[in-house]
Amino acid sequence: MELFSFIVAKADYWAYVILMMVGLYALIAKNNLVKKIVGMTIFQTAIILFYVSIGYKKGATIPILHHGSDHGGEALAAHGAHAAAHGTQEVAEQAAHAVAHAGEAAVKAMDYINPLPHVLMLTAIVVGVATLGVALALAMKVYKEYGTLEEDEINQQLRNG
Amino acid sequence: MKILGKITITICGLLLLFFTSDFPDWGDVNSPASTHLSPYFIEHTIEDTAVPNIVTSVLADYRGYDTMFETTVILTAGLACFLLLRIPRKDSIHRYYRHEPTGVTIRVEGDRYPKGSNVFTRIDSSWVPYDLIINFTCRLLIHFIQLFALYVVAHGHHSPGGGFQGGVLLGASVILFAISGNLRAAIKRFGEKTAAILSSTGVFIYAGAGALCLFIGEQFLNYSALGPLLGTDRIMARSHGILIVEIGVAMAVMAVMIWIYYNLSSAGKQDEGL
Repeated sequence: MELFSFIVAKADYWAYVILMMVGLYALIAKNNLVKKIVGMTIFQTAIILFYVSIGYKKGATIPILHHGSDHGGEALAAHGAHAAAHGTQEVAEQAAHAVAHAGEAAVKAMDYINPLPHVLMLTAIVVGVATLGVALALAMKVYKEYGTLEEDEINQQLRNG
Repeated sequence: MKILGKITITICGLLLLFFTSDFPDWGDVNSPASTHLSPYFIEHTIEDTAVPNIVTSVLADYRGYDTMFETTVILTAGLACFLLLRIPRKDSIHRYYRHEPTGVTIRVEGDRYPKGSNVFTRIDSSWVPYDLIINFTCRLLIHFIQLFALYVVAHGHHSPGGGFQGGVLLGASVILFAISGNLRAAIKRFGEKTAAILSSTGVFIYAGAGALCLFIGEQFLNYSALGPLLGTDRIMARSHGILIVEIGVAMAVMAVMIWIYYNLSSAGKQDEGL
């Protein structure tokens, strides 16, 4: 029973670890290069899920501040821009100060989920697609060179000269 | 190798599973990841950058260097695909043409195909029949995909979106065009040269925006320096700087996605493909 509660409490991490191990197994044990690439992508997906789940906070919303119709920082910032356009430096600074004040008053870190993992994974996904392209290009090059994508057959050909 | 792999993943997996007990609980407000930097980002993003979408402001402002080099990585990946796969078109290649009035398909060696003739149409060696439904649906959808992509890029400050997502959507629209029609039609509209120029221009816009701040006399990628240039105060200048950078990212990502697709789908020949 203790083990069961232990598993349930960390069930999300268990899922990522299992997914990660599936990817790692494919990377180590599979003979076909394309299957290795698929394993690499599964591994990457596990990492992305792990990071995104770290960013979650209970009772928090997406990391986009409430704004728009209310008289929050947005309107004040617009006011500041207007003042700066008129060349009155002091007014602009005051407005900037007001913006800062409004931001501090309205925004609590508890209400918004952690944006940092999302930023990291946002770039990681796109870079992952680009590197997947390079991996597939390399696989195509290998196929053109050796006529096969099976690793043992490539090794055999390399050994034979 | 299989046994070795099984042993490795069993040991790794068991160790990782065992030490998950040290990890914070699901949705823990006081987890280490949410207590150091992220409260600062959440609480100061409006006063620092005037951007309500914290992800955008962290992406392009607080972590501007990271994103710049991510864009460079994407450009490098596109170039790597190009250098690995691209082979110049050889004259010894053979192509297939269909004589429209009779429906006879002929194979032409080299470059001696009937130029300027409108009774012959070029077809791929693995030719699939023209599909009206797919073609029509894709042609109808592509405009809206591109429009939505531009919205995602431009509205990244206030809603989920930004350069990476919009760039991928723009790239996907051209790839969809290439899949639904054929590769040559897509290359005719969005050529390889365009892809190369756009991808490097995107990175150049990002680095150039940073360097411009440097030339004005502040730190690299400190968009506040652009304030007098853009006619806004220092905080709104950060918001506009982020937009400039996002446009650069979108251009680079779009061009690289399309470029990689062209090279992969045609094995570097860019003559016929998916």
